Amino acid sequence: MRVVALFCLAAIVLSSDRVIAEVDFERILHAAEEPHNWLTYNGGYSSQRYSKLKQITRRNVDKLELKWILQNQVFGAWQSNPIIVDGIMYLTERPNDVMAVDAVTGRVFWIYRHTPAANTQVCCGANNRGVAVLGDKVYSGTLDGSLIALDRINGKLLWSVEVGDVNLAYSVTMAPIAVKDKIIVGVGGGEYGIRGYVVAYDAASGEQAWKFYTIPGPGEPGHDTWQGDDWEHGGAPVWITGSFDPALNLTYWGVGNPGPDWNAGQRPGDNLYSDSVVALDADSGELKWHFQFTPNDGYDYDSVQVPVLVDRDWQGKPAKLMLWANRNGYFYVLDRVTGKFLLGKPFVKVNWSSGLDENGRPIPTPQPDGMPTWPGNQGGTNWYPPSYSPRTDLFYFSAWEDYATIYQAIEQEYVPGGLFLGGGFSVKVPVHGAPTIGIGRTWPINYWTDEVGHASLMAMDPDTGQAVWKYEQFDVSDSGMLTTASDLLFTGGREGYLHALDARNGKLLWKVALGGQIVMAPVTYMVAGVQFVTVISGNAMATFALQD
Amino acid sequence: MKTKTRLTLFVMTVVLAAGTYSLAQMSDHIYTSQVIETGSRVYVRHCALCHGPDGSWVEGIDLARGRFHLAVSDEDLRRAILSGAADGRMPAVNLSEADLAGIIAYIRTGFEPEGSAVAIGNVLRGRGLFEGKGECTACHRVNGRGPRTAPDLSDIGAIRTPGALQRSLIAPASALLPINRAVTIVTRDGEKITGRRLNEDTYTVQLIDAEERLRSLVKSNLVSYEISATPTHEPTSLSSDEVADVIAYLLALRGQL
Repeated sequence: MRVVALFCLAAIVLSSDRVIAEVDFERILHAAEEPHNWLTYNGGYSSQRYSKLKQITRRNVDKLELKWILQNQVFGAWQSNPIIVDGIMYLTERPNDVMAVDAVTGRVFWIYRHTPAANTQVCCGANNRGVAVLGDKVYSGTLDGSLIALDRINGKLLWSVEVGDVNLAYSVTMAPIAVKDKIIVGVGGGEYGIRGYVVAYDAASGEQAWKFYTIPGPGEPGHDTWQGDDWEHGGAPVWITGSFDPALNLTYWGVGNPGPDWNAGQRPGDNLYSDSVVALDADSGELKWHFQFTPNDGYDYDSVQVPVLVDRDWQGKPAKLMLWANRNGYFYVLDRVTGKFLLGKPFVKVNWSSGLDENGRPIPTPQPDGMPTWPGNQGGTNWYPPSYSPRTDLFYFSAWEDYATIYQAIEQEYVPGGLFLGGGFSVKVPVHGAPTIGIGRTWPINYWTDEVGHASLMAMDPDTGQAVWKYEQFDVSDSGMLTTASDLLFTGGREGYLHALDARNGKLLWKVALGGQIVMAPVTYMVAGVQFVTVISGNAMATFALQD
Repeated sequence: MKTKTRLTLFVMTVVLAAGTYSLAQMSDHIYTSQVIETGSRVYVRHCALCHGPDGSWVEGIDLARGRFHLAVSDEDLRRAILSGAADGRMPAVNLSEADLAGIIAYIRTGFEPEGSAVAIGNVLRGRGLFEGKGECTACHRVNGRGPRTAPDLSDIGAIRTPGALQRSLIAPASALLPINRAVTIVTRDGEKITGRRLNEDTYTVQLIDAEERLRSLVKSNLVSYEISATPTHEPTSLSSDEVADVIAYLLALRGQL
């Protein structure tokens, strides 16, 4: 309780000293030291989604009770992740609103409504995943390809810049990240033949600071991994927030699929930097290294997972690592200083490749026409954020098991702004015509059953690439993870349960049925000495704390 | 997908989900497998991302089974595709006449490009077989008559393709949807429950038991929970003509609209 008292004191001091406590870069840099707040999309630059809060413990977690619910009035998968600053929550909601909410009561201070242009195209739902906060501003991407800066106090628009051309189906679905004096975002549109990039703006003015194309242009290294004009519309979007290592001054970004998605034969070559992680200098955007997980991908194995940065021993020596469970079904450990491949092991059934060579390059084993490929199109895992707990030294993520799809490649010409898929897929089902898993869940009855795939929460040992334990669900899960210093692991799933597990052994300690699919990760924060856990389920954001 | 050189005639009886149903309103459409295959390619390219590989992802719509928001006729489908629908949520798709004919054929034939011709017989004879010799009413209910233990078939013609109905009759193991599998459960209290699964999640299962009671059980309270892969009925012993008649009857069951 002493820690709790300190946090209380800190909050009081902050609120009495200034009208608004500025969220400067130094504060974000040391986000882990103020666990009462949640200052970036993934809770800090290392993206571990690990909180030092421990008022809620393994012993008292069953005393959690609902404190408030905030309902989104626009239906559809709500994938936003809130940021919490000194008792105020900033988040996005459908269709493209930004709002400020009292984190204790769930009552709304202001809403900024952005109505996306009528010709907005986002392949898989109107998912804006959240905001960045820096200084006195809140930053959000828009589905029609802009970045906006709002006044954090009153929600008024301060500036707006075009990140990508909506007419060519560029969009911004990810939460921006603030690094030093810059706001950095990537673009979506991998199903529409964009040419992806990461771009940084001056946080004060919105002036562009640097831009890194995820497909190299003529004369640049890697350009020869494309043929003809394929590079001009080769996809490689960046639609999930990256990470930052201040000591190395590197930002890390997962890059999405090449286009057209399912016809790899139409774009010969490795197709850099699709399905890769790129390490970019935070000040200049210069590429320092890259690692490609899936060269010449024909399965839509986006590598838009969150780069999780961990400092721990590797083979007996202190190391700066990056842990990565990839959509292609392999778990990787990389050296984040150099990008060197250290370990790669399949965590689900994989048959598109027979293994990885000593450099981590997959040995391809494409399946015959009409035969299933494991993991299926939605991957062994996907964009939902994992967690790493330094206490357990385990890496937690949602995997899809026993899920396979049958791919069909079709030659397709690129038409600007149009879908550019190059084929399609069907999910492997036990009998012809049986229902299948969708991109999200919109039905309370599970007609498809676990026979077409199910979730397995994996607790991965980074040294071995083996799961120490698994927690299985009947349906699949697109839920991210949250761990705490009291060895709690919070996660959801499509069935709408919020679970609290013992992070050490996977034992279920508490659960509550919230009824709607959970497609984001829970977050935790503390206000006035009370620790809260918040999660979005269906169209409702629910917040819990211990009974009064 | 392999190109078929043989021209298979796929005869599909089109019954649309519009108001009343009568035999007189049924019209026979004949689509060639080539046209259907063209449609499957068009579908994958333009439709599957939103509608899903099986056509069921958009709420309230099930393309393979003829459930649409507004479209009634082929012409309606054509208009929706060319002009867009649902207040712009479905974008307009500019297709050639051949592609348009293909996609409509693909939708109308229930997404079965490889499907063999399904013979469809006489509705009235089919009803006689369904209620008599076929012994279907021993387990199935239609329009308020019969037991509820097996799935109610009052609207089966609206939610299954002819091919799926044929498989259900002659090779039920290859047609039984996973959710409908028979379950056998023993509770901690020693109660043995048999029934048909209605829904399931990680912690609970919902079913209709042999006495037609709706039961919801918490898995941690169960001693055993077995899901049978074997269908509850054998492949039918009816002749192929009789099967065609039963399919005709089942296709005519469109529910109370």
